[in-house]
Amino acid sequence: MNTQRSTLIFWLVFLGFLILIQALIGTGLLSNFWATLLKIGAVMSIVSIGLNLIYGFNGQFSLGQWGFYAIGAYTAADITYRWTQLHNASGLVVVLLVVLLVSLAFFLVAKIVSRLRGLDALSAFTLYLIGLLIAAILAVMVGKGLIAPITNILNLLPAEWAIQIVFFLAVILGGCIAAEISYIFGLPVLTLGSDYFGIATLGFTIIVKVLLDNSDTLLGFTEMKGARGMVGIPKLTSWIWVAVFLIAVLVVTRNLLHSSHGRAMISVREDEIAAKAMGINVAQQKTITFVLGSFFAGLAGALYAHVNGFLHPNTFNFIKSFDPMIIVVFGGLGSVSGTVVAAFTWALVLEGLLRLVLPQGFETWRFVVYPLLLLIMMLLRPQGLFGAFEFPYLRQVLPRPFQPRELHQPPSPADEPLNNGA
Amino acid sequence: MENERLTFIDRMIKGKWIGKLLLTVIVLFAVWGVGNKAIHNPQLFIQQIINGLQLGFVYALIALGYTMVYGIVRLINFAHGDVFMVGAMVSYFAVGSFHLHQWPAAAFPGLPNFISLLIGTISVILLSMAICAILAVTIERIAYKPLRNAPRISALITAIGVSFFLEYFGALPFVFTPNFITYKRPYEIVTWYIKDGIHRLEAGKAPPQGGILFSNNLIIIILVTVLLLLSLTYIVQKTKIGKAMRASAYDKPTSRLMGINVDGIISITFALGAALAGAAGVLYATAYPQVFFWMGIIPGLKAFIAAVLGGIGSIPGAFVGALIMGQAEVLAAGYISTPMRDAIAFSILILVLLVRPTGIYGEPEREKA
Repeated sequence: MNTQRSTLIFWLVFLGFLILIQALIGTGLLSNFWATLLKIGAVMSIVSIGLNLIYGFNGQFSLGQWGFYAIGAYTAADITYRWTQLHNASGLVVVLLVVLLVSLAFFLVAKIVSRLRGLDALSAFTLYLIGLLIAAILAVMVGKGLIAPITNILNLLPAEWAIQIVFFLAVILGGCIAAEISYIFGLPVLTLGSDYFGIATLGFTIIVKVLLDNSDTLLGFTEMKGARGMVGIPKLTSWIWVAVFLIAVLVVTRNLLHSSHGRAMISVREDEIAAKAMGINVAQQKTITFVLGSFFAGLAGALYAHVNGFLHPNTFNFIKSFDPMIIVVFGGLGSVSGTVVAAFTWALVLEGLLRLVLPQGFETWRFVVYPLLLLIMMLLRPQGLFGAFEFPYLRQVLPRPFQPRELHQPPSPADEPLNNGA
Repeated sequence: MENERLTFIDRMIKGKWIGKLLLTVIVLFAVWGVGNKAIHNPQLFIQQIINGLQLGFVYALIALGYTMVYGIVRLINFAHGDVFMVGAMVSYFAVGSFHLHQWPAAAFPGLPNFISLLIGTISVILLSMAICAILAVTIERIAYKPLRNAPRISALITAIGVSFFLEYFGALPFVFTPNFITYKRPYEIVTWYIKDGIHRLEAGKAPPQGGILFSNNLIIIILVTVLLLLSLTYIVQKTKIGKAMRASAYDKPTSRLMGINVDGIISITFALGAALAGAAGVLYATAYPQVFFWMGIIPGLKAFIAAVLGGIGSIPGAFVGALIMGQAEVLAAGYISTPMRDAIAFSILILVLLVRPTGIYGEPEREKA
């Protein structure tokens, strides 16, 4: 199938899907329960696509995805909470400034680090940490003065518009904060070997969860209410919003994988040493993928926070952090389509279907059936549901291999004695 | 010759001193935080060390199972913590429902009380070990063996699946029930305190100020752990099975060529690890007398961190790592911040990995997995 036609089909199918579901929700044919499950499915697709980039395409066994998801969720929830409950843009302004100044600081530190050749990862991490702290303190100091003007400007807009704009920015900023933290955390940790990297990132998830448990006392964010759970977040995540973000993530992922960066990413997974020999900057490639995957996790977390309007640190404990990993392996490592299908299946079957199929009084059997299904699946198809299969639009369209003509010319008889003689 | 032309500033910049400085600052802060309070109240400090020792020895038993299985099949066996839970549950039912600890006294009424209780307690531990070993071999045969040649991640996901299954199957009302259950010890707790010599603490009396407490539980935990550790070391180092285990961990295809039944050896490894976890389950439940279907997760995770800290795949590493983990947890809870103790444990792990990427006793990775 040629590329243009498959692109057209992809957009038609996705837009049709989007409008169909929206119509079903709008007319009330699809109950609130199923609509929420669909949103959760889309959110899980975004996290899992991020993880698939990191693990499926780049080979870095990361269990930290859930920690970045939590960071995105709490950041975005705080921004919209402050806008709707406290009626000011303090969260938005401060987080925006933090993101901007920290990126600036990272940029400057990166310049310094590239000058100092031979700096080990831990020392570079220290420099970045210092940059981050200075930038964050500066952002908070500058931000205080900007809260009132920005709040006034946003108040000039119609209220429904303003809240959607704040929500959109909150989602993006949730992703950005997750990305920046993943950058500074990944710097030293990405140098570890595969299993040790997995364990260090699992540690990251647990540290984030413990910090969220004590967010009101230790970190000083009283509105997050620590282990009691954050309430009063506006339920802004509509089906249209998640679908739009999912499509954006899919397109970005697809285009990235088809670019030279994507091929470099895959070559790092296949063989780091060979990739290095081909001139690929392995460390940089790993960092880019890790940051992008974490950005997606942050986006998804921000969307998730506004689905139910309630966040609890237990949602982000490390047992649940295996969920994206399960989805990615279930769908097929290195298959974006598989991940999306698996995420929706996971959400709809585990939360919806099993609840309906199992008879009354057997709800607790849900989590007995789920691991059994998982085991059977792994035993029958260890490569995952889709293997490496992709739907046409997402499929890698490799350029035709370069074939220099002179190599294929038959060697002239005159050359042979020369070669043999040499 | 280029090195000679480097100025002082260049050498300063080239060095790894910035990262080392960060580590030093962190370590100094921790030492200062603990030491400052420890000097003011040395008794409490020694008490914490003793508590940490008790925890560390239990973690060591669990960590050995993780490290042995990882060493031979390169699988992070997430179900191990739940095998530990099953061990504790088995001993709960053996003591609470079947009164296994009283059988020797009933069968041989002439025996002295101490001896019959000792035999009873040992049989409870042995029963838990045996059932855990059978469980682990069953899991290995059903779930892991068919995936031996599949990608490693499939086996890992399977391990997570088995872990979920054991937990939620255990939570069903007719199995272990989803409630917290108060554990009944096979023996009575006896506490001593050290203050001007060792005295026995009378039941119902408050311990004196400044006394260091320890109980028969601590002694039992240390004795059982040391005994099991010595027998494990004997098995691994001196017997033919141990030799085969070490050979299979090093190179499976060649071991198979040498006539070693690798699949059998892997099953034995799982059985040994699970038996240790079963014993750990009994000991943990006697020390912290409450059992429930999720009790395996946190100790399992801590023991796993301990195994990684010591260098996963290394038996002395697991033991040392577990002792460090036990001390770190108790000291962090006592002196730094109770709610943050899990975070501190993991921060220690990440810092150690940054300095020694394969743990304290770990060898550098031989191949990319």
